Amino acid sequence: MTNVTPGPLYPFKESPSQTAGPYVHIGLTPNFCGIEGVYDQDLGIAMVSDKTRGERITVEGRVFDGAGTPLKDVLVEIWQADTDGLYNSPAEQRGTADPAFTGWGRCAADQTTGHFRFETIKPGRVPFTDGRLQAPHINIWIVARGINLGLNTRIYFEDEADANAADPVFERFEHKDRVATLIARGGNGKYSHDIHLQGPQETVFFDI
Amino acid sequence: MKNSRPQAANYFPRDRAWHPQAYAPGYKSSVLRAPQRPLIAFANTLSETTGPAFGHDLIGPLDNDLTLNFAQPGMSAIGERVVVQGRVMDERGQPVPNVLLEFWQANAGGRYRHKKDNYLAPLDPNFGGCGRTVTGDDGTYAFRTVRPGPYPWPNGPNDWRPAHIHISVFGHAFAQRLITQMYFEGDPLIPRCPIVRTINDPAAIDMLVARLDMDASAPMDSLTYRFDIILRGSRSTLFENRLEGN
Ligand SMILES: [Fe+3]
Repeated sequence: MTNVTPGPLYPFKESPSQTAGPYVHIGLTPNFCGIEGVYDQDLGIAMVSDKTRGERITVEGRVFDGAGTPLKDVLVEIWQADTDGLYNSPAEQRGTADPAFTGWGRCAADQTTGHFRFETIKPGRVPFTDGRLQAPHINIWIVARGINLGLNTRIYFEDEADANAADPVFERFEHKDRVATLIARGGNGKYSHDIHLQGPQETVFFDI
Repeated sequence: MKNSRPQAANYFPRDRAWHPQAYAPGYKSSVLRAPQRPLIAFANTLSETTGPAFGHDLIGPLDNDLTLNFAQPGMSAIGERVVVQGRVMDERGQPVPNVLLEFWQANAGGRYRHKKDNYLAPLDPNFGGCGRTVTGDDGTYAFRTVRPGPYPWPNGPNDWRPAHIHISVFGHAFAQRLITQMYFEGDPLIPRCPIVRTINDPAAIDMLVARLDMDASAPMDSLTYRFDIILRGSRSTLFENRLEGN
């Protein structure tokens, strides 16, 4: 192959996404939707145990569409560092994360109210590409009927004002007023965080 | 100090013209659910380049057999018996080993086991509709199921989904997380489907169409469809400090 050959540099393109659809629960949370006996329990429903280190927190909220209606069929996954800022992942090269904390959670929204809720720990700080520490945050991925490609956003914490003010990702925002769309309200371990897909409060979504 | 070491940015950017558009008015549900402001980009940090791992010990003996995993003892699901097999690779063609795949689908009549699905086709008492597996060291995977039926859905006045299997894939990084759908070669409903048509490029649609593989099909048992899945590639090279790559 030479550098004058037309065509793609790499052999493949990513498989295109398709919506998770209204029945995503069958595949990802079958016990939640009444399909029992196939798996012992749904994955990602229990993030913390007695052995998990760190400050216990709960984060709950809803995802709203452009008409202000909560999505009742949404599925949310979160991924976060442990209390020391380490990820429980083979790709984590800086050390070994808390073995009692996977850092990954999955929640199907309540089918009546649209609420999601996670019981987890406050994550530690993780470096940005230049080594500066990012503010504590939880990474979120949202899929549902009508969402053609999963949406990536983050949750930061209102009671981490100093870290938030120096966060390298927030530095990238041209419109600083949009930072507020990523900050969960609350304290003392209880946070609420609504996500807006459209409208004046539209949440910041990332191209990661 | 372990927490101050910089991390190279490394996943190829997503080609968002190749993926379906968020706002695709032919698929009505997307209209109020598509973000309208530009996405904000930043270089990958460890928050994006790490991801959860699931071991083979998670997988039960029937998890990858939808014909049996919900069936009464001695029974199996009704429908055309099908094996789906393929490889999970990245954009560089590297296998993606040891990652979790989850599947869900309607039964052979096109009906989902879900309280929101009230299509008049009957439920199959021996079919649940979910399965999962973990890829092998070479990125390969396989599962057995029945071919799902097409079904009508409320969008346009007479829209039908082609036969399809929903597939959720974890990579090695949260940035690789993907949900897609697999279609069956030759299905006349594929080009008519508003969800398929959220994808603009015919070559991209073609990537979601599984091919009948007669040579791999088991005589007197099941037809095999071949479906490879490609996840985002990464730029890790020998010149970076992670010699083992990923
Ligand atoms: Fe479907």
